[in-house]
Amino acid sequence: MKVLETKKINKHFRNPVDFHVLKDITFSIDEGEFVSIMGKSGCGKSTLLYILSTMDTDYSGELHLAGELVTGRPHEELAVIRNEHIGFVFQFHYLLPEFTVLDNVMLPARKLGKKSYKEIRQDAYDKLELLGIQEQADKKASMLSGGQKQRVSIARALINDPAIIMGDEPTGNLDTKNSENVFNIFKDLSTKQNLSLLIVTHDQDFADKTDRIIVMEDGNIIS
Amino acid sequence: MTNYRVIFDITRTHLQSRLKQTSVAALGVTFGIGTFIIMMGFMTGLNGLLDGLVLNRTPHIHIYNEIKPTEEQPIELDEVYSNDLNIVRSVKPKESLVRIHNALPLISELKQDKRVKGVTAQATARVFYVAGSIELNGVINGIDVMEEVKLFNFGDYIVKGEGENLLKRNNGILLGAGIAKKMSISVGDKINVSTANGGVFPLKVVGIYQSGLAEVDNIQSFVSLKTAQQLLGEGSNYISDINVKLYDMALAPSMSKELSKNFDLTAIDIQTANAQFDTGTSIRNLITYAVSITLLIVAGFGIYNILNMLIYEKMNDIAILKATGFSGSDVKKVFISQAVIIGFLGGLLGLLIGFIGSVLIDNAPFETEALPTIKTYPINYNPLFYIVGITFAMISTFLAGYLPARKAEKIDPVEIIRGQ
Repeated sequence: MKVLETKKINKHFRNPVDFHVLKDITFSIDEGEFVSIMGKSGCGKSTLLYILSTMDTDYSGELHLAGELVTGRPHEELAVIRNEHIGFVFQFHYLLPEFTVLDNVMLPARKLGKKSYKEIRQDAYDKLELLGIQEQADKKASMLSGGQKQRVSIARALINDPAIIMGDEPTGNLDTKNSENVFNIFKDLSTKQNLSLLIVTHDQDFADKTDRIIVMEDGNIIS
Repeated sequence: MTNYRVIFDITRTHLQSRLKQTSVAALGVTFGIGTFIIMMGFMTGLNGLLDGLVLNRTPHIHIYNEIKPTEEQPIELDEVYSNDLNIVRSVKPKESLVRIHNALPLISELKQDKRVKGVTAQATARVFYVAGSIELNGVINGIDVMEEVKLFNFGDYIVKGEGENLLKRNNGILLGAGIAKKMSISVGDKINVSTANGGVFPLKVVGIYQSGLAEVDNIQSFVSLKTAQQLLGEGSNYISDINVKLYDMALAPSMSKELSKNFDLTAIDIQTANAQFDTGTSIRNLITYAVSITLLIVAGFGIYNILNMLIYEKMNDIAILKATGFSGSDVKKVFISQAVIIGFLGGLLGLLIGFIGSVLIDNAPFETEALPTIKTYPINYNPLFYIVGITFAMISTFLAGYLPARKAEKIDPVEIIRGQ
């Protein structure tokens, strides 16, 4: 089953001059597939990721998530889709600094509102345990090290059991050891939980270990 | 689809983590509302006092016989001259009685009128207060003292002695404070009064009357209606003035017209007699509202500024909330609820401070010769001010929060995340 599918996605930046960033991007990701996107700076890979994440709606073409067409839906609905089906991991960790680690992980699930506070709390603990940072649960997010923060944000990405995890250079800001760690976590999720992953990266070693590499150049997928 | 508990938790965490800014913003509101309450309480208290000074003792309708020339001269009634231009020089006022004709039936009819709260009758005598060889010009009103106390707060102006004593003693007098001072006599002393007819009456001072208006206190005294009639040498049907108090003051103008038409008397309503007081009151209220609203608007700008800054600081948080599935309107609610909480807490504190300030002013001594009954500054504790205050605090902070919150709603998370 295809978790994510795009048909002829085109995007232009119009400011300051018209620039055709993405040209007829058509590809798909299967369930449980671990895909990386590589390419030089400015080739449009991050732009593509933000379109796939539903946050950027200014494009033409079609985007299907979990078998449903999401192109053209109103912002409120897209927010719900992101909340339920997509997990994000960014290069910069983007935790809410004043909240505890546990609260950070719980927030998307509390927004979804499908489980009770207690269940969500238990889930969040489980995810933190899965990533080996359960003992940090009650600390403020701003007190953690970079590697720990990245693991917390992975836990947060997992909290609603999404269909796909998207990452924008999630290891770009980490040292080799932590990068390795994060990769292993992703690999585990992909093989053991059959989770799809789509990771934009500059790291050749990281990409080489994934199931498939999509290489982009000048707004096209070249392999 | 909104989970308000989550929104509230985020709001609370934001407010708590910026306790100092939050407090400053709330204190802005507190200051505005507190000042509003104090100003309104003090100003309307003062208005009430000043109005009361005049309005409480002013009858809603004052009925008397005015000395004036006849409006139609005899020549105008004659048909022969009706087409001519008639000029009568040196018109003299018509000779008429000062007393109100058939006053007693009129009073009993007024008392049965449903609009009327009470009626008092007075007889006015022009007299001289005699002190040795000196004669002081004066006016003595014969009154029904108990009715006057009931209807026109007459008791407030008796500074020494008791008004009731007028009833106990046939020759009792409530002497004007100015006269008492000039003649250096006090309660219990005797005073001789000579009337326009030439008779001299010994009266006993049973109380001192002080209105606060020196011109009045220097000439005016009160005796019982019966005593006044004796001073005048008239019978018990001699009544020169009738004062009417209505349940609804607003009816006075129409009713006074009706009375002067039906009974051929002069009837003056309170609105005509004291138009300047209404104007003064409404202008003072206007100034109070203008100043208070200005203060609240300033407080509103404070909140606007602080929330605007907060939103710039929280760009990353907003982006991440949106990326993880919070919608624009969720984010907007977070910031609006922060503004409203600041407004509500600041407003409540403002009410409290306003109330405490009012109590302090209320207990501050304020003694003046002119206002014998006033011992402290007047304060009006009308709950309406407190309701208006908190409502205005909520509305202004909501508006101050709404604009920044809309900005937060519109923030494009992609720009923030890519911008790093």
